[in-house]
Amino acid sequence: MDPWVHLAVAVLLPPFFGALVAVLFPARRTNLPWIAAVVSCGLAFFASVAGLIYAVTEGTVHYHLGGWEPPMGIELVMDPLSAFFCAVIAGVASFVFIHGKTVVERETPEKVIPFYSTALLLIGGLLGIILTGDLFNLYVFLEISSLAGYALVAIGDKRAPVSAFRYLILGTIGASFYLLGVAFLFMETGSLNMRDVAEIIPIAGDSPATVAGLILIVFGIGLKMALFPMHGWLSDAYTHATSTSTAIIAPIGTKVAAYVLLRTCFYMFDPEYVRNEIPLTTIIGFLGAAGIIWGSVLAIAQRDLKRMLAYSSISQVGYIALGVGLASPYGMIGAVLHTLNHAVMKACLFLVNTNILERFRHTHIPRFDRTYRIRMPWTMAAFTVSAISMIGLPPTAGFFSKWYLVLGSWERSNYLFLAVIVISSLLNIVYFFRVLEKVYLRTDGEPYDDRNEQEDLALKREEARGSMLFPVLFLAVGLLVIGLANAFIVTTFIRPMIPDGL
Amino acid sequence: MNGLEFPPVLFFLLGAALLPILPASWRAGACVLFPALAFAHISMLPEGAELRISFLSYELLLLRETGMGKVFGIAFTLVASVAGVYAWHMRELKQQLAAMLYAGGALGVVFAGDFFTVLVFWELMAVASAFLVWAGGTREAGMAGFRYLIFHLLGGSLLLAGIVMEFYATGDLTVRAFSEDVSAGKILILLGALVNAGMPGLHAWLPDSYPKSTVTGSIFLNAFTTKTAVYMLAVCFPGWEVLVVCGLIMALYAVSYAVMANDIRLILAYHIISQVGYMVAAIGIGGEFALNAAAAHAYNNILYKTLMFMGAGAVLFMVNETRLTHLGGLARRMPWVVVLYLVGAAAISGFPLFNGFVSKSMVMEAVYGRELAYYLLALASVGTFLSVGIKLPYYTWFYRNTQREPETTRRAPGNMVLAMGILAVVCVAYGVYPYLQYAQLPYPEDFFAYRTGLVVKALQLPLGTFVVFWFVRHKILGEAKIVLDTDWLYRTPAPGVGMVVLGGVNRFFSACEAGLDRLISRIVPLFRNPLRTLRINRNSGEYFHPEADRFPLGTSVGLTLLVIVVVVFASL
Repeated sequence: MDPWVHLAVAVLLPPFFGALVAVLFPARRTNLPWIAAVVSCGLAFFASVAGLIYAVTEGTVHYHLGGWEPPMGIELVMDPLSAFFCAVIAGVASFVFIHGKTVVERETPEKVIPFYSTALLLIGGLLGIILTGDLFNLYVFLEISSLAGYALVAIGDKRAPVSAFRYLILGTIGASFYLLGVAFLFMETGSLNMRDVAEIIPIAGDSPATVAGLILIVFGIGLKMALFPMHGWLSDAYTHATSTSTAIIAPIGTKVAAYVLLRTCFYMFDPEYVRNEIPLTTIIGFLGAAGIIWGSVLAIAQRDLKRMLAYSSISQVGYIALGVGLASPYGMIGAVLHTLNHAVMKACLFLVNTNILERFRHTHIPRFDRTYRIRMPWTMAAFTVSAISMIGLPPTAGFFSKWYLVLGSWERSNYLFLAVIVISSLLNIVYFFRVLEKVYLRTDGEPYDDRNEQEDLALKREEARGSMLFPVLFLAVGLLVIGLANAFIVTTFIRPMIPDGL
Repeated sequence: MNGLEFPPVLFFLLGAALLPILPASWRAGACVLFPALAFAHISMLPEGAELRISFLSYELLLLRETGMGKVFGIAFTLVASVAGVYAWHMRELKQQLAAMLYAGGALGVVFAGDFFTVLVFWELMAVASAFLVWAGGTREAGMAGFRYLIFHLLGGSLLLAGIVMEFYATGDLTVRAFSEDVSAGKILILLGALVNAGMPGLHAWLPDSYPKSTVTGSIFLNAFTTKTAVYMLAVCFPGWEVLVVCGLIMALYAVSYAVMANDIRLILAYHIISQVGYMVAAIGIGGEFALNAAAAHAYNNILYKTLMFMGAGAVLFMVNETRLTHLGGLARRMPWVVVLYLVGAAAISGFPLFNGFVSKSMVMEAVYGRELAYYLLALASVGTFLSVGIKLPYYTWFYRNTQREPETTRRAPGNMVLAMGILAVVCVAYGVYPYLQYAQLPYPEDFFAYRTGLVVKALQLPLGTFVVFWFVRHKILGEAKIVLDTDWLYRTPAPGVGMVVLGGVNRFFSACEAGLDRLISRIVPLFRNPLRTLRINRNSGEYFHPEADRFPLGTSVGLTLLVIVVVVFASL
């Protein structure tokens, strides 16, 4: 057997081992948990990149765990889509962990070990959801990651437990719906293996139970993805969790749900069927469009940076749903590319939020002023780049995913989606530029003169420490690199993902 | 192939990348050097040079040397370089960077061969120039900068939408002359370009923002945005009849406002629109001669309008004041500035021996045969001379202001005068020997401007205006030595048609503006708490509050169930 097929499991194992290592040696003074987190995510990242290249060049890997043949046994599937998502998640998580070194110790000094351990379980669960080829196994990984997620949110400020409780209630409802949907499909097809199910459904025919099963799966997962109007858990959970927890959960948690959506709608079912027979993708698209506007409007209303970013996440997830809703190659490219872009820019923004919180002890937007750019020039520069990318100006990454979504909407003659994308860009300008205005513009009514210059010179640069600055800058530069290299990413990695029927 | 086939905008991007790491004292030099290098590069660019790169599945033309692009490129780099001299004393990195990127964006547009590249540089221009407006530093400048940016992003979006539609209709991204069969895509591209050209109705950003920028910022602002729009119109829409009408409206509408304005930079800002009107009208006529005329006028306009803005900038620099009613009698304190400004004023008014005469005569020659257009443009040039040739210099430098003698705070530095001198020399050289300029025009040109008829025409209008003004001036000064009703003075000599135009149009646009302001002040509070605005939560306060505006858990659960039930029923 080709040894490279073991890459599939090599992605999955490091986080789980890391979670064990972090707990097994409770050496208080060392950085062991942190090292375990960074190293295991790094390993998972390299394994998934290698797997991505392997899947693109050699074809999909089907890895039978324990040698049990599917449909009885569980298989891991490493195709370009799953490997790409694994790479995004493990990559972003590594940078967030690097950044978290001092933050975690300061914010939750007595919970460092549980923090890294649960965070790694979360990552492991998410990677498992992506890699597994078995519907029930996906549920198991979904629960692993969700329980770890609730715990991570609960380790936050004094309102965090309540937020975590809301998250838990809603998340459990979502997971239950998913399980119910899987049960329906199992009744109809007699199989839990995704490939098997995909082959049996056309033979078994279009029964109400199949349709109900698909809808339950899609919206159960939709809740995990914070698809409008099921986003109620998101803003509080993201706001009250600790800085690093939010930076871990926010960029990647919802993306995995989006992945499950792509997988079930376009791979397990025939895209033609989901698009035309039952208008499921259209409904997802419209909910996404509504979420884009609603999230942006509420983001404008926020005065706390972290909460604003949380609402902006609802809006950004809407773009991915909109891409799914288009159910076309351009929509798919837009959705997948936006997953990557949003993971990178949201991680960058939440890390910037953390840096600001560390230095100024608050993230209340009305209190921002121009001294921030002098005291933290690089952090604010990274914020600006990510904000521009969120708005979607070229050549940052954000422009290109929106570009594909625009092309897709145009191709489908869906002018409503087109209008939503344009309007939301304007709304994005409003909520990011009011921050940039405070930081970069002098609005105190006085012309800039020597006196201001003296004041500015008196301010010292108090940039965040290296471990906190490096990931932020790397991600910000990454946005430009992804933007410039997007043609390469799309043609090499995303085009091969597009399933036949789309 | 001589190795020069790369877009000249690279010099500006390189400059912008280097500026932050250069020592402060070298930066001013870099601001002159990089544009000068680009100038040399464009001059040596072989005819028809191209640079293609493939991007996504498209082929982009980052560089396509066309005759039209070269004229604009030469004018842009020349003026950017001289503006660098003018701004030699300024040490603010932000402004230097913004100016560098802004000029680079303009240059990128005129050398771009495909619409995608155009769009990228178009947006770069919008964002970079907004920083120049913001650099004004006052609260008004901050607000105006925002309005400016929103306006331009809107224009950019129109352009983008037009490009996407046109691309889908034809599958062709190259920048090319559109045939005159109307389609939605072309209209949107035209509108996007007209926003930047300052077409009345879409022009509000220009007089709003340009007078609020810094001394040096407005030098850059006046040269690039409107002229790149002229370039786009000349390349994409030559001979579109509607542009003649647009051009006439621009020329007359703006000049009427300029006659009434009080702020010297506002007067000049309105004159940008008015002058662009001449170019747009010539483009609407179409044909090689008219396009040459438009290009030559654009080139000359960049030169003399920058020169005049530099004069206004020097006044602002010295006395920190730009309102005519607060100026006066400064001639003695800045003699060189006055003389050089007057060169610019003579050029814009089209006096023989100055470059404006040649290109304006070309434009008039191009519209010759269309009676109405011809006379309306002639009327506009009366207004031009009246406001920037007489009113502005007279009340700024010669009139003795007995109420408010402006106080000089500092001297205008020598580099400002030097920069003005360079431009004035070029203005005169092109006026005296127009063949210098003809050699750079996109099509072969052999227009002989110094014919008796043309010279007489060019002299009689301004002279007539001057005589009227002189007569009125004595009357005013004789009667009102103590209280000068400046308002009366501005309005009475204004051309009659201007008054007719102003009456209704003025009220219409001021009503629009007031309406827009009211609308914005109504809309903004609605966004403070959307839940209250939409009456979703009756207990909400004015601002969003996470505690008061949190939905109960049951709502989320209920919504989830609702969605699933509705979808299941809809699809079964």
